[in-house]
Amino acid sequence: MTHASMETSSRPARGAAPFLDVRGLTVQFPTDDGVASAVNGVDFSIERGSILGIVGESGSGKSVTSQALMGLLKGTSAKVGGQALFDGVDLVALSEAEMRRLRGQRIGMIFQDPLSALHPLYTVGRQIAEAYTVHHRATRAQARKAAVDMLGRVGIPNPEQRFDEYPHQFSGGMRQRAMIAMALICEPELLIADEPTTALDVTVQAQILDLMLELQAETQSALILITHDLGVVAEVCENVLVMYGGQCVEAGPVDEIFYRTQHPYTLGLLSSMPTLGGRQERLTPIPGQPPSLLDLPSGCLFSDRCPAASLVPDRRCRTERPLLVTEGGHSRRCHLPIDQLATLPASR
Amino acid sequence: MEPQEILRVEDLAKHFTSGRSLLAPGRARRVVKAVDGVSFSLARGRTLGLVGESGCGKSTTGRMIARLLDPTAGRVVVDGQDTAGLRGKDLYHFRRKVQMVFQDPFASLNPRQTIGSAIAAPFEAQRITPAGGVKRRVGELMERVGLKPEHYNRFPHEFSGGQRQRVGIARALALEPSVIVCDEPVSALDVSVQAQVVNLLEEIQEDTGVAYVFIAHDLSVVRHISDEIAVMYLGKVVERGPVEELYSSPQHPYTRALLSAVPIPDPRAARAQVKIRLRGDLPSPANPPSGCVFRTRCPLMATLAEPERERCSHEVPEPASFGRAACHFADSAALT
Repeated sequence: MTHASMETSSRPARGAAPFLDVRGLTVQFPTDDGVASAVNGVDFSIERGSILGIVGESGSGKSVTSQALMGLLKGTSAKVGGQALFDGVDLVALSEAEMRRLRGQRIGMIFQDPLSALHPLYTVGRQIAEAYTVHHRATRAQARKAAVDMLGRVGIPNPEQRFDEYPHQFSGGMRQRAMIAMALICEPELLIADEPTTALDVTVQAQILDLMLELQAETQSALILITHDLGVVAEVCENVLVMYGGQCVEAGPVDEIFYRTQHPYTLGLLSSMPTLGGRQERLTPIPGQPPSLLDLPSGCLFSDRCPAASLVPDRRCRTERPLLVTEGGHSRRCHLPIDQLATLPASR
Repeated sequence: MEPQEILRVEDLAKHFTSGRSLLAPGRARRVVKAVDGVSFSLARGRTLGLVGESGCGKSTTGRMIARLLDPTAGRVVVDGQDTAGLRGKDLYHFRRKVQMVFQDPFASLNPRQTIGSAIAAPFEAQRITPAGGVKRRVGELMERVGLKPEHYNRFPHEFSGGQRQRVGIARALALEPSVIVCDEPVSALDVSVQAQVVNLLEEIQEDTGVAYVFIAHDLSVVRHISDEIAVMYLGKVVERGPVEELYSSPQHPYTRALLSAVPIPDPRAARAQVKIRLRGDLPSPANPPSGCVFRTRCPLMATLAEPERERCSHEVPEPASFGRAACHFADSAALT
């Protein structure tokens, strides 16, 4: 069942290319200590009307991936490589001016911390109306009307009055609603949300996630949700991409990832989480630390922390970086995926 | 045998008063009741989880227990001793009994101090020389929390977040306290590292019998580590009880909504779950609602008839006692 739904949601109509198709995306930052390889070849695609969750811990490259897609690294010292075809246009190759025409119009973004993403000296309404004014060449009155409508749609009471207030007069949840209004005012076809609820309390987080899902279903946009919270992924996403060390280590439909986990890192993440269900005696942490982005191991990036690495013959995990293998819509980057553990000869 | 009580908090309150404004000297001072009538007790070797959303007063409560803040009213009794009246030398000696682990392992360590001397600082402050010397004891503490003693002379920037939190724990353990107040000790850490630190805290408790007041907003971590839970909302404890009971059959409508808002890392269970959604935001603690503080967001209000609603807006519910929620209609809430 899950296979079938994955096939329909991830595969476009015959012959058509996916709506967003990212191939071999890389990002490197020159630093005083050497080159930091933040993203090391990420591939994924997403269709209109679907939701993809990107999960990973700090330093896994999930936020940098979204910044590269939004063109926010253009004009910095970062080197972006690979391809990101958005409706046939390569976002990586676009100039800043061309990117500007897409950003806010066809691609929207919601950031983690609304307090630093909103300008403190402009009214919230003015900041929401700005994108509309720019992209629709609208008058101030038209833009104001659109922004007030949008504020109402994201559930802000008295939108007409709230339009003229400043960010400090909004609560955390209200600010995040304003950020969503800003991202959605031009009805983007692709929405990237980078940890949109991490700074919020759980009851407010639940409200905001509900709101995002409702608006996404209404506008049929493609939504990329970046998060470190596997709970949020389980509740919201149809497909999941797990990142580690700037690479995709496992990807597929959400049920596949949670119930037929293939990569030892994903399994480690799932078992290190305490749950609200039955009480566990001890949590099972992943030993060690993620690799340094300045000095990545030549083999599998997870091999230092992987309990299964020693089971693979010829130290392959240490010497040879595994490729991303896809079977039935489920991809994994591992020399010894979990379903093959059982097939190991007993002598080992 | 009844486990021995190590900490008792009675009717604890902390009110912050805003200063008189230079521009409007006539304006009345505003009083923010950050903590307002909190009571609970904790036995030796046990963990009390203090949960609630930002602004509910859980950190302020923790700070009063460690006497980093002086309570406006109420008592904190540690090991039979009321800490309210402690001054000078008595207060100085009391500090050995309660220690703290802070949230941010980056901000809570001095970047210019080696971690060895950070862990040794409590000995200096209390003018104690442990048996075998300070350096040896620090080495033992470092080993205990999973750090290498040869890293004594390293600086905080050479360590990851998880390792720094281990330094914070070693420092809190140095004086062998009876109570450690852990204020969001793992919320700044990634999940895989978070589990390492949670396990470490549990092992230490088994070995030393220290009691924890574990303050966190992450309800799954709190469930894992705690024996008892107190749920706070706008400065008050709204429900208190043993962990299993509170999680499996929460009584207070706020507890129920809070638990139902936690995302479940299990897609099938997440789809099956019935969600309770709270509307609106937390009211300002400077201007809390009359009667029951939760009434402005309470899902139960819609189901009540007019005279019952009146009661919620005028009458403050009985404070939560062990196993009881502070709600006029908790019994009917549990049925719906």
